[in-house]
Amino acid sequence: MNPRITLATAGRVLAQLRHDHRTMALLVAVPCVLMSLLAWIFDGTPMFDRIGAPLLGVFPFVVMFLVTSVATLRERTSGTLERLLTMPMSRLDLLLGYALAFGLLATVQAAVVTTLSVTALGLDVAGPVWLLLVVAVLDALLGMALGLLVSAFAATEFQAVQFMPAFVLPQSLLCGLLVPRDTLDTALRLVSDVLPLSYAVDAMRDITASDTVGPGTWGDLSVVGTAIVVALALGAATLRRRTP
Amino acid sequence: MMNNGTAAISVRELRVVRGGRAVLDGVTFDVPRGTVTGLLGPSGCGKSTLMRSIVGVQVVASGAVEVMGRLAGAPRLRRSVGYVTQAPSVYRDLTVGENLRYFARVLGARDGDVERVLDEVDLRSNVDIVTGRLSGGQEARVSLAAALLGSPDLLVLDEPTVGLDPVLRRDIWALFARLAESGTTLLVSSHVMDEATRCERLLLMRAGRILADDTPGALLERTGSTDIESAFLDLVEQAERSAA
Repeated sequence: MNPRITLATAGRVLAQLRHDHRTMALLVAVPCVLMSLLAWIFDGTPMFDRIGAPLLGVFPFVVMFLVTSVATLRERTSGTLERLLTMPMSRLDLLLGYALAFGLLATVQAAVVTTLSVTALGLDVAGPVWLLLVVAVLDALLGMALGLLVSAFAATEFQAVQFMPAFVLPQSLLCGLLVPRDTLDTALRLVSDVLPLSYAVDAMRDITASDTVGPGTWGDLSVVGTAIVVALALGAATLRRRTP
Repeated sequence: MMNNGTAAISVRELRVVRGGRAVLDGVTFDVPRGTVTGLLGPSGCGKSTLMRSIVGVQVVASGAVEVMGRLAGAPRLRRSVGYVTQAPSVYRDLTVGENLRYFARVLGARDGDVERVLDEVDLRSNVDIVTGRLSGGQEARVSLAAALLGSPDLLVLDEPTVGLDPVLRRDIWALFARLAESGTTLLVSSHVMDEATRCERLLLMRAGRILADDTPGALLERTGSTDIESAFLDLVEQAERSAA
């Protein structure tokens, strides 16, 4: 691993995004519009306070999953990945470069959406708002790691996009956003127990509900952190220097 | 035959199987240092697979490939081997300068190297243009420029002159000759036989085997032909007669 190469890669990914103004605008604007829409739909009910915060974590997860799976697939099909792997670059340099760039992007996205939600939209957060941001960035990195992993199994961009409903929707349905996890059928509950997004949403909910951060929240966050490391390691295993 | 210590590339009984078919079958040859060696043969004869084996990104079934005395793809070689794939492997959404500066940082090339390679491929005036907006020939030259960064000892170039006009093609071959004079070894593939006269040595390939490994002059003399294309046809007929 080499910090010079890692930073150069992060800078290169950010430069690619900088050239793509529309993607940048969509990344920030779409979650803002959706949150505003939700606040409006649930105006006058406690629902927005219940699902608003967990959604702050789900947006970056979904977006980074999509962006990474397409970006990695492009690296594989354009030959740039092959070129990089003939250079003195380790796979970790590439992964950390992407993680840094997308982590930064997720921070900006989460900061804008969170600020909008707790101010103009009136989302009630009992705990520290900065911790909401930390969870949102962790969710983004989780989405990135999973996107990288599944891109290895997609041969075309059409397939990569199809992995979104296949991998992301089940996690969103079972993470406690629609129905509290402890009221789920036992089988579903067990499935939701092994899906990392469930812990991210639990943490978000704890932070909004209570003004003290308990060991349960830290436990949830360490589960999410572990899931990121495992998914990145599996993703690294799919970046082969030698291919058939 | 040259001894392994002095050859830039040494391939012994190389066999590569892709999709159940032997793409390379018992390929053996040496490439001496400081020469321009042409790898000629019809499209689909295994040229690209052979080049991928030499840069160490191809899964090999059996045989040995050594580059400057080390196993192909060894970490120590990643700074000293430049590789250009057939399709330009550059980031089409970055400018020419951004592409080259990124690859230079990954290689740890010195400052100023980007300007040098831009001059070598005559693209200095396009440095701030987004690569995807360039013509096909210009994009191929960006890809070539990236391989020249850091002045590698060995350049493996897969059809680098496709789509270039005759003037540019002449300039690029003059560049190859200059590089060889300064000690660089070049292996250049082409399916255009008239490029053969610009090489010091030729490897003629057909259907995964080496038909001939000689200087252009000796090949013409041996086959009694006036051009490489008829020499190639002659060698194919000879091979078929001896097989029958």
